[in-house]
Amino acid sequence: MATKEKAPKEPMPPLQTWLPAVALGWLVPGGGHFLLGQRGRAMLLASAITCMFVTGLLMRGAMFQPQNGDVLTILINWGGFIGDLSSGILYLLTSWLGYSQADMAGHAHDYGTKFLVAAGLLNVLAMVDAYEIAGGRKS
Amino acid sequence: MHMNLSHFEASFLFSLFTSVVLGVVSKKTDRERLQYGGYVFGCFLLALFGLGWLMHFGHG
Repeated sequence: MATKEKAPKEPMPPLQTWLPAVALGWLVPGGGHFLLGQRGRAMLLASAITCMFVTGLLMRGAMFQPQNGDVLTILINWGGFIGDLSSGILYLLTSWLGYSQADMAGHAHDYGTKFLVAAGLLNVLAMVDAYEIAGGRKS
Repeated sequence: MHMNLSHFEASFLFSLFTSVVLGVVSKKTDRERLQYGGYVFGCFLLALFGLGWLMHFGHG
């Protein structure tokens, strides 16, 4: 029987090398890449994520609020809330300026809600990429 | 201001923005990123049209 050899786990890079890039990447989409000198990629990320978020807002998508209840309610509302929150300043500005809208029936609003969450999830991907670049695992 | 996009328009925009981000955060060279972004966008469109026709025929 063949035995699988486990690849040695790479040590985590020091906190100070990646934390500023990841934190700025959360606050401003593409900010982490900008800090790391990847300006072209930062601009592309910022435009795509911001366009996704603004399209969601214009379609009158709803923002999730954390709710407790049955498992599915907790999963959907907390998951959606974390997705929304991952957009950083876009989410904070929307909440502070009162552009957050109530959930409404209709396919356009439903798409809008998904666009808002997806913008946050895409920003999480950008933050992971910034982490890998800052830690020297990727160019 | 309010945007009332159709299913196709919303899915097209979703595919476009997602493909840009997936292209940017993956691969090693700019050329590979561009190719991967285009590939993902193509896959999204293929699924969009495929599922659209499937639902069309499914409804009879």
